[in-house]
Amino acid sequence: MTVEALSPARRAERTRPSLARFGRALAPWALPILILVVWEIAARAGLVNARLLPAPSTIASAFWRSLQDGSLIANTWASTKRALIGLLIGGGLGFLGGLATGLWRPAETLLDSTVQMIRNIPHLALIPLVILWFGIGETAKIFLVAIGVFFPLYINTFHGVRTVDRQLVEMAEVYGLDRRARLSRIILPGALPSILVGLRYALGLMWLTLIVAETISATSGLGYMTMNAREFLQTDVVILGILVYALLGKLADWATKAIERRALSWHPAYQIARENKP
Amino acid sequence: MSLAVQRDVAPGAAGAAGLPIRLAGVSKSFGETEVLRRFDLHIPAGQFVAVVGRSGGGKSTLLRLVSGLDQPSGGRVMIGERAVTSLDPAVRLLFQEARLVPWQRVVENVGIARGENWRERALQALRDVGLDGRGDEWPSVLSGGQRQRVALARALVSRPNILLLDEPFGALDALTRIEMHRLLDGIWRERGFTTVLITHDVAEAVALADRVIVLREGRVALDLPVDLEHPRAELADPRAAELQKQILAAV
Amino acid sequence: MSAASQSFEAPAEARTSAAPAGRRSGRAVSARLLLGVVLPLGLGLVWEAVVASGFASGRLMPPPSRVIAELVRLASTGALWEHSLITLSRVLGGFAGGAVAGIALGVLTGTSRLLRDLLDPSFQALRSIPSIAWVPLFILWLGIFEASKVTLIAVGVFFPVYLGVSSALMSVDRRTAEVGRIFRLSRLATVRRILLPSILPATVVALRTGLGLGWMFVVAAEFMGASSGLGYLLVDGQQLGKPTQILAAILTFAVLGKATDAILASLAAPFLRWQDSVGEAP
Repeated sequence: MTVEALSPARRAERTRPSLARFGRALAPWALPILILVVWEIAARAGLVNARLLPAPSTIASAFWRSLQDGSLIANTWASTKRALIGLLIGGGLGFLGGLATGLWRPAETLLDSTVQMIRNIPHLALIPLVILWFGIGETAKIFLVAIGVFFPLYINTFHGVRTVDRQLVEMAEVYGLDRRARLSRIILPGALPSILVGLRYALGLMWLTLIVAETISATSGLGYMTMNAREFLQTDVVILGILVYALLGKLADWATKAIERRALSWHPAYQIARENKP
Repeated sequence: MSLAVQRDVAPGAAGAAGLPIRLAGVSKSFGETEVLRRFDLHIPAGQFVAVVGRSGGGKSTLLRLVSGLDQPSGGRVMIGERAVTSLDPAVRLLFQEARLVPWQRVVENVGIARGENWRERALQALRDVGLDGRGDEWPSVLSGGQRQRVALARALVSRPNILLLDEPFGALDALTRIEMHRLLDGIWRERGFTTVLITHDVAEAVALADRVIVLREGRVALDLPVDLEHPRAELADPRAAELQKQILAAV
Repeated sequence: MSAASQSFEAPAEARTSAAPAGRRSGRAVSARLLLGVVLPLGLGLVWEAVVASGFASGRLMPPPSRVIAELVRLASTGALWEHSLITLSRVLGGFAGGAVAGIALGVLTGTSRLLRDLLDPSFQALRSIPSIAWVPLFILWLGIFEASKVTLIAVGVFFPVYLGVSSALMSVDRRTAEVGRIFRLSRLATVRRILLPSILPATVVALRTGLGLGWMFVVAAEFMGASSGLGYLLVDGQQLGKPTQILAAILTFAVLGKATDAILASLAAPFLRWQDSVGEAP
């Protein structure tokens, strides 16, 4: 057999999979791009009511406009600030509560069933009550976000602490680690994967709670911006608001994933992932 | 090398580093079941004792009492001149599983208790068990034998007077197990700590120990000195085979 | 191993008191349950006493007795049933729509590589939008009445169900699937006897998650303008400054949510009997 005889077949072998790979890489984009193009054409041709569904280009120009007059940044910042303060308070309390009930049996007996009971209430239903309590100021919204993020962090911290390998804790006792060292070197790192799962849930609930709270009562923030735009039938701004929400949600997701990668670098799953990356 | 069970310091071992262990009339029960009843045992400083027996015969209980993990229901456990009432830093326990902390690097696992210049001491301990240069790796990349080596280094880094081993080589393959035997034997002869090894492997007991104790239903069924010179080549010695036969008969 | 080394696994508390297990545990559990309700019960009683003795008006945070009285009042006028029924029908309508769409599309993308490459990225992108953000758009598109509410709930239910089903299908153990080939089962039999049972547990979990979200979204949907439903009771209570009505509606939400979840779980239980931990799902 000669090299020439082999090579065409081989070349075909090599190009076919790479073409397939190219096609596969393109596939995820096919549908969104197609939709965008059809949407733009339909909107321009007047096939869809621009008031219900403005063209992508209209939304882009709404984006540019609100960016220039500063309203987009101001509203996004107002929402982000509420979200983060609420996350800090509610998440911090949930973490500490989960730690307390996880480490200390009497705290579990006393608190856990109460928390489980309250958890059944859809926390959005508390909004009217919270508005009666706190008025429509910042406190109400921060309170609601804090309640929303409390439960996932509480439950997952509790679960994480409880499922730390007992054998490791015993080893640490035998090797003379005091309570503080056991907490910082064994229990907290062992509970971390579960706590991070809780954090991801909490971030999702954080945005969701905030949107509803801002829609119902606010004079600033993204929820206010979109609800206001709806009343003036500025559909482009409504869709813009939705897109910003998506972006913020995605950002929160990326942030937790980055934390996970850093904090769990000891985990075999992450080591494999790193090695596979060229 | 001769063996003198009666004396408090076994010859051959370096002596100074070991502490004697004495159990006097020790009973231990879990709920209704009594695992040990009025149990007496004396282990001189620096001796290497292997405890053999069936599951549930009280081997692990014995080890947990000496380590201070459990307290006896009756009687006394003494280390040197002290009664064991809590975990004692002079005693180190090697578990069946390596129990390495997965989120601490190898060197941090060895120096898990930290303390003064722990890193240097931990790296030295790693060199002693033949794991030079592996300190910065995660435990998850190590093989089973390497993990037990790290666990051994972690036990030895604080220079204990007594080393307790709870079937630590049970899960290793035959070749790795022989390597671990050589390693442990060498370190023990050099340091001279008192060693209690729990095992269900009679050959392992004869290969390592000065004295083999067979536990049956919470009592000593056989207390047999093993008068063979260290290091021992396993299986090669007909005397070892004879001893193994004796022990197996008692189990 | 021996009794001693088994206790390595046991939680610390069980180890120190490993005594007569059988007799002890029954009493201990009920004692623990009792202790668990001490806090909420105690707080309720204290608050009741504080309001009764006039130290606080209890207007903003009414004591339990007033909330119960309000519940009784609402029930006797029939308003409670009426609003509950309307909310329930919205949740169930949205849940049915979202669940059917989620299962159908989940099956399509979970079994066909082409459809997965084509559709899944778009769904993943849409997923990062908090479903509630759609509310204003839905109101614009579908009006303020039933359609927009039910659609919102359906969208909320859709994503967890879709994700649960498609990822369960993709992770069906290949060895389990090969069993079907070895025994020469027909395509239909393979699906019915191997594929379906192995994705059912994840599907049930996804459905329960979806139902939970459905209850959350019905609250949001009814906030955005409704003249009936439990959410309307909430808004009405806020506008009229009646915290007792709000709390009564919140309690009804909690009870209905818990009840529908229990029904869903018990409906699924017979199909999951081979699994160890039925009813343990979150």
